[in-house]
Amino acid sequence: MRGAPDSIYFLQPSSLEKALQAYGENPDSLVLAGGTDLMVAWNAGLLNNKKVLDISLIREIRGVRALKKGVLIGALTAHADIQRNAAVRRHFPLIQTACSVVGGLQIQNKGTLGGNIANASPAGDTFPVLAVYEAIVRLISRQGRRALAFMDFFEGVKKTRLLPAELIESVEIPYSRKGARRLFRKVGTRAAQAISKTVAAGLLWVGQDGTVEELRFALGSMASTVRRLVKAEKFIKGKKLHRDAVEEACRLLKDDVDPIDDVRSTREYRLQISQNILRSFLSEANYYENP
Amino acid sequence: MPAAGTNIWRREGPEKLCGTARYIDDYTFPGCLFGVTYRSSIARGLIKKIVFDPKFSWDEFTVVTAKDIPGVNRVVLIENDQPLLADVKITHPLEPIVLVAHSQRHKAYEALSHIRAEFMEQPPVLTIEESLALKETLYSMDNAFKKLLIERGSVESAMAQADFVVEGEYRVPHQEQAYIENNGIAAYFEKDGSLVVMGSMQCPYYVHKALKAVFKLSDHRIRVIQTTTGGGFGGKEDYPSMIAGHAGLLALKSGRPVKIIYDRHEDMAATTKRHPAIVRHKTGVAKDGRLLAQDIEVIMDGGAYATLSPVVLSRGALHATGPYECPNVRVRSVCMITNTPPNGAFRGFGAPQTLFAAELHMEKIASVIGMDSVELRRKNVFKLGAVTATGQILRESVGAREVLERTLKRSRYAQKRKEYSRWNKNKRHSTWRGMGIALVHHGAGFTGSGEVYLASRAGVSLTQEGTVKVLTASTEIGQGTNTIFAQIVSHALDLPQTMVEIEMPDTSLVPDSGPTVASRTCMVVGGLIERAALEMKEAVVRAAGEFPRTKKGLARAAAKILNGAPFRAFIVQYKKPDEIEWNDHAYSGDAYGVFSYGCVAVDLEVDRATYEVRLRRLTTVQDIGRAINSKLAEGQMIGGITQALGYALWENPVYQNGFMQNSQLTNYIIPTAMDTPPMDVEIVEKPYSHGPWGAKGVGELPMDIPGPAVAAAIGHATGLWMTELPILPEKICRKINAN
Amino acid sequence: MRIKLTINKKKRVYEGAPFKRLIDVLRENYELTGTKEGCGEGECGACTVLVDGDPVNSCLIPVAQMNGRRIETVESLGTPKSLHRLQESFLREGGAQCGICTPGMLMSAWAWISRGGSARPSEIRRALAGNLCRCTGYQHIVNSVIKIIKERKRESRTK
Repeated sequence: MRGAPDSIYFLQPSSLEKALQAYGENPDSLVLAGGTDLMVAWNAGLLNNKKVLDISLIREIRGVRALKKGVLIGALTAHADIQRNAAVRRHFPLIQTACSVVGGLQIQNKGTLGGNIANASPAGDTFPVLAVYEAIVRLISRQGRRALAFMDFFEGVKKTRLLPAELIESVEIPYSRKGARRLFRKVGTRAAQAISKTVAAGLLWVGQDGTVEELRFALGSMASTVRRLVKAEKFIKGKKLHRDAVEEACRLLKDDVDPIDDVRSTREYRLQISQNILRSFLSEANYYENP
Repeated sequence: MPAAGTNIWRREGPEKLCGTARYIDDYTFPGCLFGVTYRSSIARGLIKKIVFDPKFSWDEFTVVTAKDIPGVNRVVLIENDQPLLADVKITHPLEPIVLVAHSQRHKAYEALSHIRAEFMEQPPVLTIEESLALKETLYSMDNAFKKLLIERGSVESAMAQADFVVEGEYRVPHQEQAYIENNGIAAYFEKDGSLVVMGSMQCPYYVHKALKAVFKLSDHRIRVIQTTTGGGFGGKEDYPSMIAGHAGLLALKSGRPVKIIYDRHEDMAATTKRHPAIVRHKTGVAKDGRLLAQDIEVIMDGGAYATLSPVVLSRGALHATGPYECPNVRVRSVCMITNTPPNGAFRGFGAPQTLFAAELHMEKIASVIGMDSVELRRKNVFKLGAVTATGQILRESVGAREVLERTLKRSRYAQKRKEYSRWNKNKRHSTWRGMGIALVHHGAGFTGSGEVYLASRAGVSLTQEGTVKVLTASTEIGQGTNTIFAQIVSHALDLPQTMVEIEMPDTSLVPDSGPTVASRTCMVVGGLIERAALEMKEAVVRAAGEFPRTKKGLARAAAKILNGAPFRAFIVQYKKPDEIEWNDHAYSGDAYGVFSYGCVAVDLEVDRATYEVRLRRLTTVQDIGRAINSKLAEGQMIGGITQALGYALWENPVYQNGFMQNSQLTNYIIPTAMDTPPMDVEIVEKPYSHGPWGAKGVGELPMDIPGPAVAAAIGHATGLWMTELPILPEKICRKINAN
Repeated sequence: MRIKLTINKKKRVYEGAPFKRLIDVLRENYELTGTKEGCGEGECGACTVLVDGDPVNSCLIPVAQMNGRRIETVESLGTPKSLHRLQESFLREGGAQCGICTPGMLMSAWAWISRGGSARPSEIRRALAGNLCRCTGYQHIVNSVIKIIKERKRESRTK
């Protein structure tokens, strides 16, 4: 334990209004929500002598609310609470699944959706899901509110488009058309309590005649930020899911991601299995080549 | 109902389960300082100078460098080449240079950022290959810490006559012990100048011996006490001597108690690992599957100092043939120096490395000669009377064939192999499935004449109050030492085990029963206390006419033999059984008193999309002589197998310039409950005449088995021949793409 | 900073640095050393305690976030002389070896059991996946938990 408790300048506002005020006055603070990421840095001594704004007491931005056009998840809602929410389970099963593979239960109980998004790790497990559901991130500061499309929120590794003294207020997830084929697949370093090597989410609408009406497919841990497969999605639209089309979509996958070699995995592996996952998702039936 | 062979509950279990068992970090000492270590940021070079930030206020800190060492600046072990604190030369990354202590942990850590050592860097040797190629000469003429040769018969002529010659190369990486309690030691000096050290450790007398040299103190001026220890697995065999020295030095200089508790990063990055190894086999085989010649080369990476490497190499070489009889054997083995943190003990101690190669090579031989690998094993497996590579005749307790057959049966190996071969042909299945098997032996106790040199002493005592106490320095580190010792003694004395107490592992109270390593605690030390208990019984019966079964009765009997003393200890010393003979120079004879045997069948599937391996089920049957406590023995088997599954599939220390890159539990992947398969366990009992109640070793055996079984199962599932651990999905992917 | 919290049913008032970790407050301020630190980064789960009934890693929580919260540590279960039934089950089934992961493991297991979690091994394994154990290979731990769940079910049927 290398953190020095006394060295932290600690702010703990009790309401959203006070938080915005405090943040406005101390834009150099580090924002603390569930702490599952920030406290790791603290334990390594990296926060010593820094300012911390603890927003965890703010009630207004915790909880899931059903809207007419979707659900609104308060930024401070823990992954465990999201999983338990009936509206999420009914309308957004991929979100429930994604929240259930974020760390172990201890992390799910404490880590918040807003905190996870603000942390902007390339490996965020819920990100591909939020990307394919085309979520909207609602932001708030003393200057007012604004909203960003989920994909526009990230700028790079641990970098976001949050303005100084701006907080995530909530994440809005609009209902999407019924009848989609769905996919969530996390490939981590082990079966549980793992960081993703790649994490994928997909929604696919296929017409009665077998042509693709729409594909949304997103990958995490495959670039500096979560990526939608813009090219493959565009290519496959209006096509039937024959082998050649599926193969072309898999080939196009590479154009929208840029994975790296690191201590957890390799570029080669990440690309290969992402393509495999996309292939089996698009194929009407599983088909695998033997090595 | 005899006490041995029953599943009495873990003795110290209630305290561990209630959180009242005290680990070293749970102790507080008045005025205690917290010690931290400044380490080298280079792999090899010379220290030019150490700069202490003049702007930083050092008044509140105790600072120790090599100059403060009153005695020898060495961690005394085998070769005594490792300094306690580097003074001139840096030989590996994160080598300790300066120690700092402060009453607050975070302040001590903060001070580290105000120390800067300046180095003259030299080119490091980072891998086995670089060391063999003499990129730099670091040790003796050839960079070899130790070379060992085992020879039987004539390999060359037998190889020339063989129908098949099968060659293979196998590689295994470092492995981190990953005990959940990090290393930690506290030290303080008594008013009379004697040094007390408490902490997490496997071998109190190793620490005792090491401290004597560092502090120039006599035996009785040093007292080492093992506190409840949160796992060791070999990782707390030698390194606690280093930390104890450090804590002692800070205590000496500050005049206050000092506690050093590593954090996870430091523990993983700076302390010992399993030796990486390259093992090459060339095997001459007859058409009918008989092994005619085994030519084996074992190369290990010892890291920067010899530490335990010579003995790790020895155990590796002695197990390199696998549990098979072959008339012509040559094992050439060498442990090389590299500029990486010294590798040390880890459950299995060299054997998991060489047995991985031996067993996987059996699969290769089988496929080359067109024989079922089970048949190949049956044909060559050790039987009663078989002769090993060192010329050891297996006189008793040989359960190799039985554990193999029982495993095949329990796992439905043959049926499932067929079933899965069919499954894999169906391209609509999202997985490939496979079954793999491996069979190993593991020698219990120190190698060769090791036990003779150790000359361990252990015993029991009888107190005035009529209490029977077990006196050993063998530590409880989770494996059940306390429980089985109580059982062995209560069995020998026919007393309820609740009447047997275990003395604290404190060097001022217990004799040196040798280190808690090498699967020797139950078999060797347990044997000693059994003998001691019988001596006690005889003495009591002689004086009192019978051996009483009540505390009061024992107190009355004790009065007759104590002559007023508070207690009498019956201490016995290890005696080599007459039939055991070992020649250190020829490296021949009885390498171990006896071997335990184990077999594993792994049932797994490989995801066709992601190449992730999921373990469906694991079956193991092990011959451990007799199980003193089968619940604890099963715990050893399942736990050891799980560590080995980690070794086989996930655990992958990544190094760059000699520094471990994934020194956190986040990125060094050990199995969770979800990664671990349900296990079906059976114990086969082939009693050993010199083991207490017939027991042999069980601690390390399970660690040896799963690696090759997993590789074989993946081979069955995918058709890929994976010869390097861990078998990460990335490696499967690479191989598939290369094909 | 003054923080009011309930620890093992006792009301406590903590006064001190708001950024002290919950684990350090438990161990240092209240001498509840049953809660162990294994990694300091929320990975091993040895420091697991229950906050309002939910398992969390106490190494990742500044005590300032615990105002008004109910905390349970391993010390809330039983004592060596009078074991909690879950602890006795661990003892009987061999669920503890070196003991360092045990307090955290027990708390995760107890959260699962007391919330009516199922006795299916695969679900128990998921519930315990945030607690690393290097000794047991988990099987005896899972068995310890199954036994208790089944016992409780039998009892509730006979009641």
